[in-house]
Amino acid sequence: MRMKYVNQPIRKKDAMALVTGKPVYTDDIAPKDCLVVKVLRSPHAHAEILEIKKDIAEKLPGIVCVLTYEDVPQKRFTMAGQTYPEPSPYDRLILDKRVRFVGDAVAIVAGETEKAVDQAMKVIKVKYNVLEPVLDFHEAKDNPILVHPEDNWQALCPVGADNKRNLCASGLEEHGDVDKVIAESDVVVENTYHTKAVQQTMMETFRTYTQMDTYGRLNIISSTQVPFHVRRILSNALDIPKSKIRVIKPRIGGGFGAKQTVVAEVYPAIVTLKTGRPAKIIYTREESLIASSPRHEMEIKVRIGANKDGHIRGIEVKTLSNTGAFGEHGPTTVGLSGHKSIPLYSKAEAFRFQYDVVYTNKMSAGAYRGYGATQGIFAVESAINELAVKLDMDPVALREMNLTREGDVMHGYYGETATSCTLDRCLERTAEMIGWKEKYPRRVMPDGKIRGVGIAMAMQGSGIPSVDTGSVSIKINDDGFYALTIGASDMGTGCDTILSQMAADCLDCSVDDIIVYGVDTDVSPYDSGSYASSTTYVTGMATVKACQTLVDKMKAYGAEKLGCSVDDVEFDGEKVYSLKDGSSISRKDIGNAIMCAGENALFATEAHSSPVSPPPFMAGAVEVEVDPETGSVKLMDFAAVVDCGTVVNPNLARVQVEGGLVQGIGMALHENITYNEKGELAENSLMQYKIPTRMDMGKLRVEFDSSYEPTGPFGAKSIGEIVINTPAPAIAQAIYNATGLRFTELPITPEKIAMGMMDK
Amino acid sequence: MMQITLKLNGKNVTAEVAPDMALLDFVRDHGCYSVKRGCETSNCGLCTVLMDGKPVLSCSTLAARADGHEVVTMEGCQAEAEEFGAFLADQGAEQCGYCSPGFIMNVLAMCKEMDDPTDDEIREYLSGNLCRCSGYEGQLRAIHAYLDYKKGAK
Amino acid sequence: MFTIREYVKVSSLEEAYELNQKKANVVFGGGVWLRLGRKNIQTAIDLSGLGLDEITEDEKEFSVGCMVSLRQLETHKGIDAYTKGAVKESLRHIVGVQMRNCATVGGSIYGRFGFSDILCCLLGLDCDVELYKQGRMSLADFAKMKKDNDILVRVIIKKTPLETVYLSQRNTETDFPVVSCAVTKDAEGYYAVIGARPCQPVVVRDSEGILAKAEVTAEDMAAFASKVQNSMDFADNTRCSGAYRRHVAGVLVKRGLKQLMGGDK
Repeated sequence: MRMKYVNQPIRKKDAMALVTGKPVYTDDIAPKDCLVVKVLRSPHAHAEILEIKKDIAEKLPGIVCVLTYEDVPQKRFTMAGQTYPEPSPYDRLILDKRVRFVGDAVAIVAGETEKAVDQAMKVIKVKYNVLEPVLDFHEAKDNPILVHPEDNWQALCPVGADNKRNLCASGLEEHGDVDKVIAESDVVVENTYHTKAVQQTMMETFRTYTQMDTYGRLNIISSTQVPFHVRRILSNALDIPKSKIRVIKPRIGGGFGAKQTVVAEVYPAIVTLKTGRPAKIIYTREESLIASSPRHEMEIKVRIGANKDGHIRGIEVKTLSNTGAFGEHGPTTVGLSGHKSIPLYSKAEAFRFQYDVVYTNKMSAGAYRGYGATQGIFAVESAINELAVKLDMDPVALREMNLTREGDVMHGYYGETATSCTLDRCLERTAEMIGWKEKYPRRVMPDGKIRGVGIAMAMQGSGIPSVDTGSVSIKINDDGFYALTIGASDMGTGCDTILSQMAADCLDCSVDDIIVYGVDTDVSPYDSGSYASSTTYVTGMATVKACQTLVDKMKAYGAEKLGCSVDDVEFDGEKVYSLKDGSSISRKDIGNAIMCAGENALFATEAHSSPVSPPPFMAGAVEVEVDPETGSVKLMDFAAVVDCGTVVNPNLARVQVEGGLVQGIGMALHENITYNEKGELAENSLMQYKIPTRMDMGKLRVEFDSSYEPTGPFGAKSIGEIVINTPAPAIAQAIYNATGLRFTELPITPEKIAMGMMDK
Repeated sequence: MMQITLKLNGKNVTAEVAPDMALLDFVRDHGCYSVKRGCETSNCGLCTVLMDGKPVLSCSTLAARADGHEVVTMEGCQAEAEEFGAFLADQGAEQCGYCSPGFIMNVLAMCKEMDDPTDDEIREYLSGNLCRCSGYEGQLRAIHAYLDYKKGAK
Repeated sequence: MFTIREYVKVSSLEEAYELNQKKANVVFGGGVWLRLGRKNIQTAIDLSGLGLDEITEDEKEFSVGCMVSLRQLETHKGIDAYTKGAVKESLRHIVGVQMRNCATVGGSIYGRFGFSDILCCLLGLDCDVELYKQGRMSLADFAKMKKDNDILVRVIIKKTPLETVYLSQRNTETDFPVVSCAVTKDAEGYYAVIGARPCQPVVVRDSEGILAKAEVTAEDMAAFASKVQNSMDFADNTRCSGAYRRHVAGVLVKRGLKQLMGGDK
């Protein structure tokens, strides 16, 4: 296929609307008469509600309803946006008699104005039987205090869950005899790494409005990555048929996985269902930080054995993951902590990956870019850097010796073969870009500050194999323009545009000849949603297939019109023409002809799912400058080289990388999560939860070294998630090289460094 | 309730407002949907508007304080927004776009204050505009391209 | 978020003062800090109609009206020249330009917040405040006073011959300081101001004359830094521990002294 638009840095189709501030987001388009919906939240980490006095609140002027656990369906469900049957346990009610973290929902208040609702929230009196919480995730498993003692708790999939043991999931995978191999190794490193429940912090907080339509159906307009899952989840939560629900996704102000969980939709939905009136909820930043779906806190023990010459023989990863009060994405994120770290070194003879995912009385975790891989890669790549020190080897040389190369079988990755992989070249080029040879390990500057360099590698997947489904419809219209309808959610990432680029090349037309629409569950073909790095790879392939089918249909139609056999015609993008006599019918005429006495719907829908999930690979290297007295870390330079297969849109891919790197930098250095003994989160605003500003991130340099993935559209793999994985291990190592201090817990704050330097 | 009169995007507007109404809510109520709220603590810059030509946080400014003043949101400077916005779009650095209006309003204010800012000056001037998508680097490329274009036009 | 029942743009300081005698009434500066609270305000007192949003300068002093924004103060050429960039340095890390266009000098100083960069910095200069009823007093005395119902009218930066350096340590570039520090040399010698302990700033003078020498050594600077560290308490909060603050205070004092003395040469 000709590549005229694929691999070109074209503007996003919605770009000019966004940069001129057009009203295209959920709250901009919500009806003005929407009821304001807010959630009264628990001040206790663990308690049983004894009584809710709501009569005063209900009588306040402007208050329309106050709902409590007595007003909601008693069927448990999960808010995780995953394909049915969801691996996440059904452990939630819209409102429950038991509250399980500080911020858990206690009551839903709806009223005519925000002021009325705020006033009502103040006068609702709740009597609690305060229970002892489980706050330390080390002590959660088999703790006598149960987060989910209820009998109607249910795990739909065999994920090793047991609510009577506070277990959301557990499991073990191995290949070879890792204990034997490590015992035989010349050098063994072993350490434990701790990453916290950091927050996606998309600029648009969670928000949804709901209304009943002409047909008596519940319409949900929501800032979500998973419209089709929203439909199913709300059907479960509200106990109404799926046919009664329509979900529409407008423009989204960022997601990063946060909006792969149905965090806010249930609240206005039940209000609209009960009152018949339009309703909306806009999460405050505080709510978005205390009651949402952050990264799973993980503690990961890594053991690696290697020969003296540096050959890695065995890797063991043991993950303890904290899913918090509910199990959203608990059983699946943990998997990536092993599956996306161990296979970076597929030459090892043996591995073992073991995990527990536990419930605690903290905010429920969810999906955040990287989805467990980030945590696992921080641990394993840090351990590899420690191994290099122990072996007295350059960490780049150690990696070159052991990394996965094209054609290698990755036992830790479901036995898949690396069919496309330039990881070796990514590493080499990244080291060159940062000036590794000259700068490793450290340089002391004239003012006493110390510069150190660090490097790390990463991988991710491209969709969930044999699960994720993308489908695409395309039709030709009058005058020959195409309408592309997708079920994948553009959340700013640009999938509306990159799928149009692919379609334009498949149809041999201009990208401006294609209009794109998504997502409306009544109209769009089914898509699992935009998560798991799936859209480019999975939905992209569905686009290629749909376009091919449409071309075949247009050729058949054209042949009929030209009075020849379909075998004798070709389509060149502008016309169907006869190879025999050169006669032709233009695309425009075809589009117009089918609308007059038409009997041909020139419309194609195709779905795609992949049995494999080819990993993108990358390397990232950083130079930091440490102030040894204050402990301040200044980022001087971050270099990254990515193999995402064919780059569909170099601009959008580059910005994905840069954005992911800065999120990773924030996780490594700034973004802290601290709970007090009552289970209250200190970082509950952007004043306390410090994401990087443009003064904090230094200089970024990004390059691509593309392999060609044979199973991907135009050779493409994914890019969205992998990009967050290298900063934490690379920065931790750069700080080690500068200071000799090894940090295994994030974030690495100035205080930790300064106090470490004093203790030396 | 109290009455205020201000110039909003070039038009005189008189309205009854609650004394504690934020300018942000006031301008949205008057159809200026480009102005977004991203936090409650004056940290994100999404709500940036110009008051008497200076960039301010409309979340932290009372509508009452705007009485007698001139307020400009992106709705009132569409041509400039489009002019700079095109450079941002050419980098793909608008991404989700949610921070774009506040960011662009502050870029326009910066360019009025400084002709030829250094990278450090740009970073400092715009440090109150958070963006979680772009990693800021693409925004910086867009500003460079825009400033070069402006210089060329002079 | 606070609530406000009534908003009064006063036409005189007397009117503002009378209104401010009621506990439920509040003088409204930029509103940046007030909105973080949940106070139910009866009357918000707006001083913005009194012409107090200007900085004036004569041969003796700069007079900064209470409604001057932090950004106006930061970009004032005369103050920048007199303080050799110290005032600017104390302001440029505060969130962002838009926020500093909202927040007022009066609000920042009246609050006497421990984390206040500008309070710490101004204590390193020779400053007075002017209160409506109590008149003029030194900023140092005002900082120690309990909050009362008087009105802070202006802050006066006197052009006393002195040299000052402002430094701060922050977890991120635009976060609150975890230690703020001004080091000053005036006619009487050296002194340091340490803020964000996280409590209010404390002024420590070199009353023993540790630094009153022709040739000040690194040991002398360390001795003064150590005196500063030991002259006050430091406490923990979510940003860092008191122990780290104490350590950083010493580092910043030494750096401040080095900068000052380097400047002498």
